[in-house]
Formats: sequence, structure tokens, C-alpha cells
Amino acid sequence: MNKIILILKREYLTRVRKRSFMVMTILGPLLMAAIMIVPIYLATRTNETKTVAVLDESGVFYEKFKDSDNIRFHYLVSDITSAKANFTKSGDHALLYIPKTEVTLPSNAILYSENNVNINVKTYIKNVMSKQIEELKLEAKLKDLQTDVQHPVQVDDILRSIKTNIDINTMKIGEDGKESKSYTEVSMAIGMFSGILIYFFIFLFGSQVMRGVIEEKTNRIVEVIISSVKPFQLMMGKIIGVGLVGLTQFLLWVVLTFGIVTAVTSSFTGKADKKSDTDSMVVDKPSINSGHLNLQKAVQQDTGENMNEALDVINTINFPVMIGSFLFFFIFGYLMYAALFAAIGGAVDSESDTQQFMLPITIPLILAIVMAQFVIQDPEGPVSFWMSVFPLTSPVIMMIRIPFGVPVWEVGISMLFLLLGFLGTTWLAAKIYRTGILMYGKKVSYKELWKWLRYK
Amino acid sequence: MELFSARQVTKHYSNHLALDQVSIDVPEGSIFGLLGPNGAGKTTLIRIINQILAPDEGELFFRGQHLKPSDIEKIGYLPEERGLYKKMSVGEQALYLAQLKGLDKNEAQKRLKFWFEKFEMKGWWNRKVEELSKGMQQKVQFLVTIIHKPDLLIFDEPFSGFDPINANMLKEEILSQKEKGATIIFSTHNMASVEELCDHIALINNSKVILKGAVREIKKTYKTNTFKLAYNTYEGDLQTLLPASFQVSGREQDSDHRMADIRIPAESSPNDLLNILLPHVTLFGLNEVIPSMNDIFIRAVTDQNSSLQTPR
Repeated sequence: MNKIILILKREYLTRVRKRSFMVMTILGPLLMAAIMIVPIYLATRTNETKTVAVLDESGVFYEKFKDSDNIRFHYLVSDITSAKANFTKSGDHALLYIPKTEVTLPSNAILYSENNVNINVKTYIKNVMSKQIEELKLEAKLKDLQTDVQHPVQVDDILRSIKTNIDINTMKIGEDGKESKSYTEVSMAIGMFSGILIYFFIFLFGSQVMRGVIEEKTNRIVEVIISSVKPFQLMMGKIIGVGLVGLTQFLLWVVLTFGIVTAVTSSFTGKADKKSDTDSMVVDKPSINSGHLNLQKAVQQDTGENMNEALDVINTINFPVMIGSFLFFFIFGYLMYAALFAAIGGAVDSESDTQQFMLPITIPLILAIVMAQFVIQDPEGPVSFWMSVFPLTSPVIMMIRIPFGVPVWEVGISMLFLLLGFLGTTWLAAKIYRTGILMYGKKVSYKELWKWLRYK
Repeated sequence: MELFSARQVTKHYSNHLALDQVSIDVPEGSIFGLLGPNGAGKTTLIRIINQILAPDEGELFFRGQHLKPSDIEKIGYLPEERGLYKKMSVGEQALYLAQLKGLDKNEAQKRLKFWFEKFEMKGWWNRKVEELSKGMQQKVQFLVTIIHKPDLLIFDEPFSGFDPINANMLKEEILSQKEKGATIIFSTHNMASVEELCDHIALINNSKVILKGAVREIKKTYKTNTFKLAYNTYEGDLQTLLPASFQVSGREQDSDHRMADIRIPAESSPNDLLNILLPHVTLFGLNEVIPSMNDIFIRAVTDQNSSLQTPR
């Protein structure tokens, strides 16, 4: 055991110290941050004028939505069914529906659109609504004060009590008029992202294991080492060591990407604040505090809200299962494939000989990625089910399915099979590896590998 | 007392028998030569001793006890196919290999420092292996083989690839390890080094041990009672002077002397030979012909090969 740790440490340290590791660690987050920032940036910068149809059943917001540079509002007088039916033909960017409320003031609305709603539009609507509601509340409060002079009231209390948070749900309306909750998109994104991440992780670090084994073989150091440790220890030390390199890189990516994204977004929203502040000084002084500051706050809130929505989605499909299974499939998927990559490395003399053995390993992985889009269309179907149980495809496919909600027993079966697959491939790989690393200058065939498996 | 013994060790590969009932005994403190042509099974046996391979049948003993996994820390092994991590620094690598043999880090560092000084490689610690010459790399390899002070040292073809100066240094080092009490097994084709170094040998051919024992004893059994005679003044064939039981062979001549190898019957002594010849020749020298390990090797191997072929 001690020796596995020694081996693991060497594998880890030599790789982490490499220049290529540093480069990857810096480039990865830059790329990912760019992918995340650019759409947000573009969304806030767009100059196109959007029209929003408003169907206000509560009547509270009539004429309150003022046209601005980029957003125009027009009011509908109809019911929601026909409004939705007409929406696709109207060419409007979005349809804002504020349902009638009986006792309280309205505090939520639904925003229908064909595509994702522009973030500025959403923020603006939210601000107008909350301002209007707050005003109404304040009016009511003041009326109360006039009638009830005996009780002194703190201004703070009033301010706190009128504070309103507006919920705007976004719904998608398809070309066929079908509605779908827009958070399946979040599921899809999370599923695809984790599936692809596992796929890349397996490929990138699995082949590093393979290259490491080949290196030891061509350097002729392997026999020196296995006279000190068991070949199995050497193999596992390498696999775990490289795996930890992968995890380190992954963690660094997450932390750095998060850091860059927050730094960049706060810097450009900060600039926008200053500009709007100076504008508002000239135009309408009194609203500095309420209106524009609110707008700016809302922009920040909105990103937080997106996060909340995403969390909501995960919550509906069981948060501990999601995180737990991601780690499980991430780690065991890697371990299973890495053992196979190690076996290939052991069997061949140089990297150019690996082709024929790589094929059976890469086919299930590539198949999983190719099938991913079908799985996303039909996460409950038989193809999805079987591919998420078969250990060679399950790490990718199961992770795509899980955000859509998978029964716990299915996840359990899939994990069990993956565990068995891991034990099976490791046992198989250890046998091939052990024989292969001592073979030099021999062109190895599948028949030969079969013989190695039966050696004592 | 035997440090290491193998009893009836047999190892099959898929389509051939690599070792067939091989038994060897390596006495403590000796240098044991494992000889044999290419493909005879030497490396397989060495790998079995190092527990890299498991035998199909047979037993292995280390100091009278069954060989156990922890014994690998008492063995130092320099394989025939040997190398180092090219991108790793010399010192770090030596430290790693020493730790794999069970040394703790501080002890390993201390001993390595000593050896780096002894081998005049102090400045190499931080250099990458790929920057070293082949001879330098071999020094590092040798050093990590002996760093944990093993009881048993195993060298597989240690002299292959060494230049004469380094080969000589290696030989000296092997002998000094022996003096320090280590037992050494080495496999080689180089018969000259066997003559110089080995106390005991085992000759393996076609997966079987065909000859084993102390070098001195083996030489004795291979002696043929042949003498090399250097003489002068007699022009004719010596055989005409001698009875038929004395066989003359290997006649040679240089500028000063004639020479002949004469095999005398077992019951006779060299004195009988001289009694017959002295009246006729001027004698310059008489030496007993002792077979070299090279001759013994060739004879033993060809004998076995032909005996294998005749029944067919």
C-alpha cells in the first residue's frame, strides 16, 4: 500500500510540474469563461428594439410600462389562450402575462417567448412591476397612517414592509404553439455538460495513462520497478495518480473559471452603473435612488436568480443523487477505462501500435456521445435505459439522464454494473498488463492477448 | 549454507516450456554464474527469483524459508533490459527507486550522497537522465541496484553495453559487494568473466540444467589428462615414438618450438610420457591442459543438443 502511494506521488508530481499542465490549467478557464461571458455581454449590448405584448388581467400595470430605446410595449385586450395563439404570428419578442389576483397585489408574472427572453427586457419588466407594487403598497400604508394616528410608525418598518420581490417565470412557446417549461433547457445543459465532461476526462487522462505505460516500457525501466513492487501496484498507482492530476485540473478549472467570470462581469456591469448614474442625474434626479439603482441591483439579482432556477431544477430531481452520482460516474468511469488504456499500453511497444486495440475502447465512448442527442430527446426510452446500464456507456449516458430525473433504483443498477465493470476490466487489464510489460519487440495480436489472460 | 535454492521449478509459456524441473543452489557469499545460450530460460529463472513471474511448479527458498513477497527488499536486481525515466532528474529518480525498495527517505538520501561521491557524480543530482551518457546512466542503474544493501544481488548480462573501463569498474564493484557479504547471481554469455568471478555455476540449455556445481569441481571432471608439450630438435611425428594409448593431437609450430597436445591414459602419469620422450627431444615445457569454461560450455551444450536430436 505504501508503495502504491509512492508511485502515485511520482506520477502526480511529474505531471503537475509539466509546463503543458500549467498551460492547460490557464487556457481551459479562459476558454470556458469566454464561452460563458460572451453571450451575456452580447445580450446586454444588443441594440435591436424588442416589442413586448402585455396582457394585464390585474389592471394594476396599465400604461406603466414605458417604451424605452430598446423595448416597446403594447397592451392586449383579450384572454390568455387567444393571446398565446396569436403570439407566434405577431412577431413580438415576448408576451407578458400578469394574472388576476383576488386579495393581494400581483407579485408574479409569466413571460412567454419563442426564444430565450432578453435579459434586459426581463430586468426592465421586473423593475417596473416592483416599483409599481411598492408605490401601491406605500399608498396603502400612508392611508393607514392617516386613519391610525395614535401608533407612531418607524420609517424603516414601512420601507421594509413595502419591499416586493417579483417572480417572473419564463415559458417557451414552440412554433407549433406547444409550451414547455424553459428549465428543461437547464436539465439538458447540465446533462450534456456533465456527460461531455466525463467523456473528455476519460479520453484525456485515460490516454495519459496509456502513454505513461508505454514510456516505462520503452525506457526499459519497468522491469526494475516490478522487481520492487507488484505490476498491479504499479498499474494502480499510475491510474490513480493520473486520475488525481485530472481532478486537480478540473478543480482548478472550476475555481479559475468562476473567478474570471465574476471578475469580468462585475467589471463591465460596474462600468454600466457609472454611466447610467450620470445619465439619470441629468434626466430625473429623484429617481437615482429608487429607479436606476434598482435596475442595477436587478441585473445582479437576475444572474443570481438564474442560478436559483438552475438549483430549483436540480432540487426537483434530488440534489444529493445528482452530485453523488456525478462523482461516482466521473471517478469509476475513469478508473474502468484507465485500466483498459493501461492494458493497451502494456501490450504494445510504441504509440503507433495502439490503433487496433484502441478501437474497441473508443467505440462505446464515441457511441455514447453520438447517442447523447437521442437520449436527451427521450431520456426515459429503452435505448437510454440500456445505454445507461451498460458499464462502458453508462458514465456518459447516465449523467445526461440524471438531470431529467431517473428513478433511484435505475441509478443503483447502473452504479452496480459500473462497479462490476470496473472490477472486471481491472482484473482483465492487470493480467494483460503484467505479461505485456515484459514483452519487447513482439507484434501482439488479439489471439496473443487471449493467451495472456489464461496465464497463471 | 544456501542463501537461495530452487527446487524442480517448471514454467510453461503458451506454446513452449521455458524451465523444466530446474533446481539450483546458491551458497551464501558466493558468486553464482547462470550460464546458457540465448533463449535457454535464464531470464525466466531470474524473473521467477525476483517474483516477477510465478512458477507453474516447484519451490523456492530464501535462507531455508519459502520465498515470500517481502523478500524482494533483500534482493537487488539489474535486469538485462534496463533503463531510467528520461525526463526525471537523476537524484529524484534514484531516491524514488530506493524508496520503492523499502528505504525511508532520509536513509536513502544519506546513502545516495555517499555513493554519488564515491562514483564521482556529485554534480549530477539535478540533471535529467536524458542529458547523461550511456555509461553514466549505467552507473546510476548499478547504484540503485545496491543502494538498499541487499543480501542477494542479481545481474542479468551486466557487462553488455559497458565499455572496458566501466566493465572493469563494475567487476571490481561486484567483487567488493561479495567481500561485504552479499551473494551474487549473474547470468552471462561472457565466459571470461565467469572464469574470473564465479565460484559456482549452473548451465541451462533447452530449459534444463545440464551442468552445475563449483567451478573448480566442474573443471576437474572435464579434464582429459591432456598435456601440452613444447619441445625442439625432433622433426618427426611424436606419435611414432609413443604407444597407441598416448594420443597426440593439436600439433603446432612457432619460430622456436614445436608443440603438441598429448592425451595420456588414465593409469599413466606425465612422468611415463617424459620417460619415453626425453631421449629423443629437447624439452621446453610441459603444462596440463585445463579446459576453459568456454570449452566446457560448448561441449556441454553441443552434447545435450546432439543427444536430443539422435532419438528422432
